[in-house]
Amino acid sequence: MSSSTSVSSLSALYEQRQKRLMDAIELRQPDRLPTILFSHFWTAHYAGMTCREAMYDYERLAAAVKKAVVDLEPDAYQPVHALVAFGPTMDILEYKQLEWPGHKGLAEDVGYQYLDAQYMAPDEYEDYLLDPTGFMLHRYLPRVAGALEPLSELPQYPGVLHTRIIQSMEAYARPAVRQALETLIRAGEEMQKMRTVQSRLIQELQDLGFPVASHGTTHAPFDVAADYLRGSKGAMLDLFRNKDKLLSLMDRLTVLIPRTGIASVKAVGGNMVFIPLHWGLDGFMSPKQFTTFFWPQFQKVLLTLIEAGIYPHVLWEGDCTSRLEVIKDVPSGKCVYFFERTDLGKAKQALRGTVCIRGNVPASTLITGTVSDVRECCKKLFETAGDGGGFILDGSVGIPDEAKPENVLAMYEAAKECVY
Amino acid sequence: MEDKSKQLVQQIAEMQEDDAVKLAREMLDSGYDPVKLLGHCREAMEIVGKRYAEGEYFLPELMLAGEMLKSIGEMAKPLIKQDESSAKTAGTVLIGTVQGDLHDIGKNIVTFMLEINGYKVVDLGIDVPVANFVESIKEHKPQVVGLSGFLTLAFDAMKNTVEAIREAGLRENIKIMIGGGQVDETVKNYTGADAFGLNAMDAVSLCKQWVPA
Repeated sequence: MSSSTSVSSLSALYEQRQKRLMDAIELRQPDRLPTILFSHFWTAHYAGMTCREAMYDYERLAAAVKKAVVDLEPDAYQPVHALVAFGPTMDILEYKQLEWPGHKGLAEDVGYQYLDAQYMAPDEYEDYLLDPTGFMLHRYLPRVAGALEPLSELPQYPGVLHTRIIQSMEAYARPAVRQALETLIRAGEEMQKMRTVQSRLIQELQDLGFPVASHGTTHAPFDVAADYLRGSKGAMLDLFRNKDKLLSLMDRLTVLIPRTGIASVKAVGGNMVFIPLHWGLDGFMSPKQFTTFFWPQFQKVLLTLIEAGIYPHVLWEGDCTSRLEVIKDVPSGKCVYFFERTDLGKAKQALRGTVCIRGNVPASTLITGTVSDVRECCKKLFETAGDGGGFILDGSVGIPDEAKPENVLAMYEAAKECVY
Repeated sequence: MEDKSKQLVQQIAEMQEDDAVKLAREMLDSGYDPVKLLGHCREAMEIVGKRYAEGEYFLPELMLAGEMLKSIGEMAKPLIKQDESSAKTAGTVLIGTVQGDLHDIGKNIVTFMLEINGYKVVDLGIDVPVANFVESIKEHKPQVVGLSGFLTLAFDAMKNTVEAIREAGLRENIKIMIGGGQVDETVKNYTGADAFGLNAMDAVSLCKQWVPA
C-alpha cells in the first residue's frame, strides 16, 4: 500500500468512525455498535506506568494513550491528559483540593481523589451572589491553592475606578503578590507544556483515524454548589437551612456554567462536552428535591449547550432509574446519557427516540470477570439498548483503572460484532 | 410535659430543626430528665429511619436529623450522670473505608443509621490499612465488620482485608459486609465478604439479620 493510499484510507476510517458515533448520537441506526474509550489511569496501567507517572510524564502518557487507542480501535476516545496529567502544576500551585499518588502518603499507584470539604461558608452566600468573580479570585483560589493565598490582596475592582485604577497597581508589586503572580506564570507554562503534548497526540490520533469524544468538561449547578463550594454535608443541610440562598446561587451558576463550558469547547473547535454528575442519582435526594434543586437548573444548562451546537455527554453516576421520566425532557438527538448502574432496559424504554444511551459494562466484570463474561455482557447490552441505534458501548464509568487488559480488548472486539 | 415530649418527637421527625432545638433547650432548662429527653430523640430517629427505609426521606433528611441529634445531645449529655448514660447496645459493628480510598460520605451515613438502630459502631475512618482492621477486631470484638469503598481500587483492598482477617483466625466469628460505589454481587464473591449493600438500609437489614437487637 502506498503512503498516499494509506493516508486516505485512514482518513476514510476517521470519517467512518465519526459517522458511526454521530449516527448513534443523532438517533440514526449506525452500521454497528459504536464505542468510546474513556479512562483515567487504565491506559497508563496498560502501558506499564503507575498513576503517579501518568500524572507527571506527559510524553510517556501520550505514548500509552496512543498504544491503547490503536490496540482497542474505539470509534472515539476522551483525551486522557486533561483528566490526569496535572501533577507538576498542582505541585507549583500547592493545590489542596486533591490528594494524589505519591503526595502526602498516598501510594504511587492509586488514582487521585477529591477532598470533600466546605470551601465556602454558609455566611458567604451573599458575597458570592454579589460578585462571583471577586469571590473566586479573593477567597476561593487562595483557599484551594497555597501559592495563590496572596491573591486575596488584589484590589476589589468594583469599587476601584478612574485614577484609583492607576493607583491600584501598587498591589501587584507587593512581595507576596509578586510571588503569587510569578507562580501563576510558572503554572501556566507547565500547563502549556501538557497542552502541547496533548494537542500533538490528538493530531497524531486523528491522522491514524481516531476522533475525539470530548472537547471539554462542565458541571451541573447543584454539583458545583455541593462538591466545590459548600461540601456535601453543607449542601445537604442547606436544602433546609439556606434553601433560598442555595437556589439563588444555582440561578447564577445556571448562567455561568454553560458560558464557560461553551467557551472552552469552542476554543478547541469542538462540539462535545463531558458532564459527570455526582448528586443526581436515586437515593441521594427525594424526587421532589431533585425536581427543585437539581433538574430544572441542569436542564437549562443542557439546553444552553445544545443551543450553542454542543452535544453533552452526561455521566449519570450511580443508579438513576427513578429519574428517567424526568430527565427525558430534552431535545431529540442532541444528548448522550452515559449511565453507570441505571437499568439500560428501562432507560431505552424511557429515552427511545430522545436520547442516545452510553454504558455500561460493570466495573466488577471488567476487573474480576473473564473474557467470556465480558463478551456475554456486551452482547446482552446490545440486545437491551441497541435496538434501532442510539446506543454507544462503554464501561460503567469508562474503563476502570484496574481492569484486566484482556477483558478490555474483548469489550472493544465484541462491539465490532454487534452489527445492525 | 408529655405534650412537649410528643411535640419534640414530631418536630425532629418533621425536620423542624430550629423549633426542635429550642424546645429541647426549654425542656432541659425547666428540669426535664435529660435521659428521658434523649429517649425522645431516639424515638424520633426511629421515625426518621423508618421514613428513610420507606423512601420518604433521603440523605439530606438523615444529615439534618443527625445534626439535630448532635445539638440536643450536646445540651443533654453534660446533665447526665455517667452510670445512667450507658445504654445497652444491640451489637458492635466495626466500620472503615479500605486502604487507598479517602471517601467517607457513604460510610458516615451507614454509621449513623446503625447507631440510631441501636448498634455500637467503631469507625476506623478512611484509608484504613489491613492491619488496623485486624487489630481493631481483636480489641473491639465486633459481630459485624463493614468495609466501605467508593473507588474500584477498593475491590482489591477489600479482598486483602477479608483475607487478612481470615489469616488472623478471626473470620469465623464475624460477618463481613461491603458497600459503596460500584460494589455488586460479583465484587462480593471476589472479595470473600458475606454480603454487599447498595445503601444504608441494606447495612441495617444485614446487621439485624446477623445480630438481632
